[in-house]
Amino acid sequence: MYRIVKKRLLAQGIALLEVEAAAVAAKVEPGQFVIVRVDEVGERIPLTVMDFNREKGTITIVVQDVGYSSAIITQMNEGDEFQDFVGPLGVASEIEKYGTVVCIGGGLGIAPIHPIARGLKDAGNHVISVLGSRSADLLILEDEMRAVSNEVVIATNDGSAGVKGFVTDGLAKVLSDGHKVDAIWAIGPMIMMKAVVEYTRPLGLKTIVSMNPIMVDGTGMCGACRVSVGNETKFACVDGPEFDGHLVDFDLAMKRLAFYKDEENRAKARLECHHEGGHH
Amino acid sequence: MAANKIPRHEMPCQDSKVRAHNFEEVALGYTQEMAVEEAKRCLQCKKPLCRTGCPVEVLIPDFVKQIAEENFEEAARILKVKNSLPAVCGRVCPQESQCESKCILGIKGESVAIGRLERFAADFGMKSKAAQIEKVEPSGKRVAIIGAGPAGLACAGDLAKAGHAVTVFEALHVAGGVLMYGIPQFRLPKDIVQTEIDTLKKMGVEILTNQVVGKVTSVDELMENGYDAVFIGTGAGLPYFMNIPGENLNGVYSANEFLTRTNLMKGYKFPDYATPVKVGKNVAVLGAGNVAMDSARTALRLGAENVYIIYRRSRDEMPARKEELEHAEEEGIQFRLLTNPVSIEGDERSWVKSLTCLRYELGEPDASGRRSPVPIPGSEFEIEMDTVVVAIGQGPNPLVTTSTPGLELNKRGNIVADPETLMTSKPGVFAGGDIVTGAATVILAMGAGKKAAAGIDAYLKTK
Repeated sequence: MYRIVKKRLLAQGIALLEVEAAAVAAKVEPGQFVIVRVDEVGERIPLTVMDFNREKGTITIVVQDVGYSSAIITQMNEGDEFQDFVGPLGVASEIEKYGTVVCIGGGLGIAPIHPIARGLKDAGNHVISVLGSRSADLLILEDEMRAVSNEVVIATNDGSAGVKGFVTDGLAKVLSDGHKVDAIWAIGPMIMMKAVVEYTRPLGLKTIVSMNPIMVDGTGMCGACRVSVGNETKFACVDGPEFDGHLVDFDLAMKRLAFYKDEENRAKARLECHHEGGHH
Repeated sequence: MAANKIPRHEMPCQDSKVRAHNFEEVALGYTQEMAVEEAKRCLQCKKPLCRTGCPVEVLIPDFVKQIAEENFEEAARILKVKNSLPAVCGRVCPQESQCESKCILGIKGESVAIGRLERFAADFGMKSKAAQIEKVEPSGKRVAIIGAGPAGLACAGDLAKAGHAVTVFEALHVAGGVLMYGIPQFRLPKDIVQTEIDTLKKMGVEILTNQVVGKVTSVDELMENGYDAVFIGTGAGLPYFMNIPGENLNGVYSANEFLTRTNLMKGYKFPDYATPVKVGKNVAVLGAGNVAMDSARTALRLGAENVYIIYRRSRDEMPARKEELEHAEEEGIQFRLLTNPVSIEGDERSWVKSLTCLRYELGEPDASGRRSPVPIPGSEFEIEMDTVVVAIGQGPNPLVTTSTPGLELNKRGNIVADPETLMTSKPGVFAGGDIVTGAATVILAMGAGKKAAAGIDAYLKTK
């Protein structure tokens, strides 16, 4: 079993969990993910890694209460255990010295961008992080991102912190400040990643995105995580999760995320019903 | 009556109309009386050809004799001498093309129902817990096995019997491989698989789940960390798709995904189990092997009204076992033969709406010796469909092979192993099962696992 040693609420419905998983922590690299299962009846849920501590043997994940399983996970507490915790999975980010790199994290996407920004900074890059959220109170991990970035630009939809607008507006600010950007990592909701690649495509700026499709085993066995990249079908679990954003078919990816929307709603409604019944 | 005049005993099954709507086991197994009567048909040949048809050389006449004499526990014990998973093999082996195909009785009449007797004896042994674990002298050698599927488990069983300390590394959260994620509950109950695996654990086999070798550790690291040999039995875990338009629409599954959601994750019990699987009214399964039959029959049990097997050749060329074809047909699976999909159409929400197919006719024999399917120009037609399951086979999973420098692969990505010892191009590293042969059967993988165990044992004795 994999015990939660630390829990911190980052914002309404967003929890950070530090979990004992020594074998995973020994090997994980920025950009990789884990698959967790809460209990015997749980789904296998892919989650990108926010942080890792090789000495302590822990992996830190950040989960937002958006569906059935994520609702259960965000309510887990210190001392609770995951039934299963598998990883590291996927291909690690290509960390090398590019020069100036922009790391864009939108919403929950700030969590997986964190170890990538740190890796890029350690590799000698000038890292400018662009962090986006709907509003200031939903902005997560700002201090952690400042610690691994040379500069930080914040964008909120309502203007309650930083630039008013989207992460693309934050990126526009970075570019208008005269930075010559050599590479961009963008992680967040599909619609955000799509907006970023549409923005950078005409500028010819290399943009890496991290796909988060539906998965089951995470080892290439089931093919649920198919993404179309440059008109070729790739499996995000073994070929990704990172791809050249300019080649990804985001419209398809967004539609595929809705595969189990009805079932997800049904399961979540049932869970809420249980809570109201006072079973928890 | 002379033994060869007694007719072969049929296997009692759940009624096809009832079973098409539940996940309980289809075949019910022999009663003691039936098993004894069937066992008495065996001629106890001096040179038993049946054994030559068995990839793991089960002591067939010996265990059958014990059943005939009503010594069921002894029959179970004899089975286990050569076969670590007899309750599994009694259910999923293609006996008709193996042991039973060599039976002398089969020349003029019907062969002894060896598979059904194997199942009977194995189940009896499980219930009576008679199978005593014999203590063996530890050899002091350690072997790592990658993959807890049929090849890995068979290899583990034989190595443990030889006194070696065995650790099995399994990527999924339970051991069993295709026996757990692939073959459905109604053909192979999962508690049977787990009971067989528990026996291996009692023999001292250590099984570590959630260990993706190639990621969390590697073959080279295992060797550096004190394992004296490694066996790779990672199987054929990379699904093929048809590469036709529309294959990424919602509602299109690989058979692996469809079966994994249903079997391993128990999607048929959603929402009590959290993993969903959905089929709608009309389901097309592309392919006609055992995996296709499993997918089709699973779709029916999940509530589909019409389930089609779409196959471009004719019935005679269908690769599935005859028994599986018959069971599928009895349950109401509809065969659309000499038919091949050309595209999948979606609705505005990107969901499968229909399947466009082309009709075929049979031409001259091709390289496989089967008459080749030839498309009939202009014969396109469209069938309404909610779900498409692609069951056209799978390739070797690359996680271990690509993370092991110096491991020789063939052009298809399968590992090259010595045909006798199953040692790979890396000394001390052995491989067997689907990762070597390409997708085949449970019993062939088990045979390879046993062969590798012999190869490993011999190798360890030279060290």
